[in-house]
Amino acid sequence: MSKPCLATVWLDGCSGCHMSFLDMDERLIDLAEKVEVVYSPLVDGKDFPEMADITLVEGAVSSAEDLEKIKHIRQHTRILVSLGDCAVTANVPSMRNVLEVDKMLREVYLEQVAGQPQIPNQVVPALLPQARPVHEVVKVDVFVPGCPPPADAIYFLLTELLEGRQPDLSALTRFGK
Amino acid sequence: MSTTVRIKTLKIDGHDIGAREDETIMAVARQNGIVIPALCHVEGLAAVGACRMCLVEMKNSPRLLPACITRVEEGMDLTTNSERLIKYRRRILELLFSERNHVCAVCVSNGHCELQNMAQSLGMTHVNVPYLYPRLPVDASHDRFVVDHNRCILCTRCVRVCDEIEGAHTWDLMGRGIGVRVITDLNQPWGESESCTGCGKCVNVCPTGALVEKGKSVAEMMKQRQFLPYLTLMREEQR
Ligand code: SF4
Ligand code: SF4
Ligand code: SF4
Repeated sequence: MSKPCLATVWLDGCSGCHMSFLDMDERLIDLAEKVEVVYSPLVDGKDFPEMADITLVEGAVSSAEDLEKIKHIRQHTRILVSLGDCAVTANVPSMRNVLEVDKMLREVYLEQVAGQPQIPNQVVPALLPQARPVHEVVKVDVFVPGCPPPADAIYFLLTELLEGRQPDLSALTRFGK
Repeated sequence: MSTTVRIKTLKIDGHDIGAREDETIMAVARQNGIVIPALCHVEGLAAVGACRMCLVEMKNSPRLLPACITRVEEGMDLTTNSERLIKYRRRILELLFSERNHVCAVCVSNGHCELQNMAQSLGMTHVNVPYLYPRLPVDASHDRFVVDHNRCILCTRCVRVCDEIEGAHTWDLMGRGIGVRVITDLNQPWGESESCTGCGKCVNVCPTGALVEKGKSVAEMMKQRQFLPYLTLMREEQR
């Protein structure tokens, strides 16, 4: 039998949640025996697979690209996990939500720069009016608060899910941890 | 001095309990080792029943009762911790989190915040209502303290401690509904307040990172609440 497929994706986050994933240290070797990492900033696969069993999402939905990605991923994932406060609450990226996107871009790229003022509009995706939690956009199956969630919480999450159980993470993580 | 204080008998979570008639359900429960969660209530200050976290169920009554302001009555049969109550408490918390900008990751109270702790203890992993992300000010005009309205849950602990214990009544509430804000004096900057003595009691009773000391790091900004019952007791003895 082939191993369950694990994917991880990085939306509007600082990559701290992925760093915490790596913090599982030698337990990664354990995990590598149990799952196939099919798509992730940590591996080389370029395309999201036909079906992933578990996808961990880091970061809020902040740009047009994030939105498109997460919708696609939802359709191709059995268990979607919001990993970390940015995915769960929009957290740090949401601090811009009280500002208007146009005004903010003008201030940052035109008004407060010394040389070559220009608002980037090529290659980089357009910002949505606000950064939103993942579950406001697509259905999420498991929530893992924490900024970042500790490695122990991620390990417990994955081993429980692989055993077919719904993990209770309340002892291992909370908002802001 | 009144001579007769009647004793009432009631049940809390199946335990038979005797209590003085002038006590609240919350006080009696706590004396008997039953913890009813609360955010606005704090020992030593008048109870206001603002946060609704302490709602309990009474047998044969469709209404839920706020334990902090409801007196005990003969024959009450109370439940403090049913699935239904936990569901309601979680929903109240979700509303609190969604109304303002509680970005725990960048809060000086991260790790010792009563709102955050409550979310964890009630198993609230996410918020099911849309976040509002209002634009709210931070007033850092005071020499030593800061009020960050993004993190205020309107528990009015600051209002009560400043009025009832310090006697300054610097804090009050302004506005209605979702627009309510705590204000200092007549909505003047805190730093210009003539009534504030700078005692810091409001900062120490504030459950969240809404009131904090300036320049303190997350590890340093631990709040001291033990002094309240002690101060109240000393005052009563002096009377
Ligand atoms: S939750 Fe914290 S660690 Fe994770 S991406 Fe967001 S800011 Fe970074
Ligand atoms: S510092 Fe003391 S006097 Fe000033 S507002 Fe707070 S409780 Fe009132
Ligand atoms: S500032 Fe703090 S103590 Fe005052 S009402 Fe807001 S949360 Fe409560």
